[in-house]
Amino acid sequence: MPSLLDRLFGRVEKPAHTAKSRLKLVLMHDRADIPAPMMEEMRKEIIAVLSKYVVIDLEHLDVGIERAEGGVALVASIPIVRVNAEH
Amino acid sequence: MSENNTRVIVITSGKGGVGKTTTTANIGVALANMGEKVALIDADIGLRNLDLALGLENRIVYDIVDVVEGRAKLRQAMIKHKQSQNLALLPAAQTRDKSAVNPAQMRQLIEEIRAEGYTYIIIDCPAGIEQGFRNATAGATEAIVVTNPEMSSVRDADRIIGLLEAQDLRNPYLIVNRLRPKMVKSQDMLAVEDVQEVLGSNVKLLGIIPEDEVIITSTNKGEPASATEGSLAGQAYRNIARRLRGEEVPFLDLEERSGFFTRLKGLFGNKK
Repeated sequence: MPSLLDRLFGRVEKPAHTAKSRLKLVLMHDRADIPAPMMEEMRKEIIAVLSKYVVIDLEHLDVGIERAEGGVALVASIPIVRVNAEH
Repeated sequence: MSENNTRVIVITSGKGGVGKTTTTANIGVALANMGEKVALIDADIGLRNLDLALGLENRIVYDIVDVVEGRAKLRQAMIKHKQSQNLALLPAAQTRDKSAVNPAQMRQLIEEIRAEGYTYIIIDCPAGIEQGFRNATAGATEAIVVTNPEMSSVRDADRIIGLLEAQDLRNPYLIVNRLRPKMVKSQDMLAVEDVQEVLGSNVKLLGIIPEDEVIITSTNKGEPASATEGSLAGQAYRNIARRLRGEEVPFLDLEERSGFFTRLKGLFGNKK
């Protein structure tokens, strides 16, 4: 509960502002909600494309959605074993 | 009018109760009174309501499912509006469910209506994101998303915008309904700009409708507010119709107009 002083000096966050920041957060989650099968398909395709050029350490590969300040990102950590000699 | 000029617009929201049906009725009547030939389709099968908003509930003989299943001709089922001769309603079936008309049938139906020379076909979409939504949006080429300046409604609008995109209905129009200018001024309610910021730049603001008791009384009478002068909400809906027709219309200054004298000015000072 905000103190009287906080109220007097307008240091209480206005309901509209609270609503806006809560909405932004929840939409970030909603929008990044990629269904598991789609995620898996994406992962496979990314691997397929990269494998033309490099040999990937599949054990330590990590592709996922990360929520950072300002937005949602698809973050991939793809350890490379070596360049694909066939290329 | 060439049949290629028909605009097929679906009115959606995701969340129920935000004013889709009222919006469909009001825009339909406003467009018809501006000389457009308007067909309204109630796609909310099983929960028929657009007939009530238009005061046409006693004149329904056939409905959309009767047409799709061949029991009635399109012209038999379309109900002409009493006051607005340019306006016709294809009512929803009340005793069937949302699977009664599939996307292919909806597209076929819209082609038939288009061939009748309508310039606007406006579809009132059911709430929700399931089959009813997919059926209602199937034949549309433009979409309007209605939201209230309230969290759950904006959240659902965001979801709907994503689903519309998936149906190739990109850059939908946005209508913010039930805005309370005083609450926005005291920062107790989301402002239109907040809603726009949250939903992103791929939506185009089409109109702002203030919370107005006229909507309740006009719905009770079955006469959409946009049919008569004198109410803010009615004027806001007429402005939306004009914007749809390509006119540049400034947004109403809701704050300035909330006083008694400015309201009087609104009553007597309407030019268009």
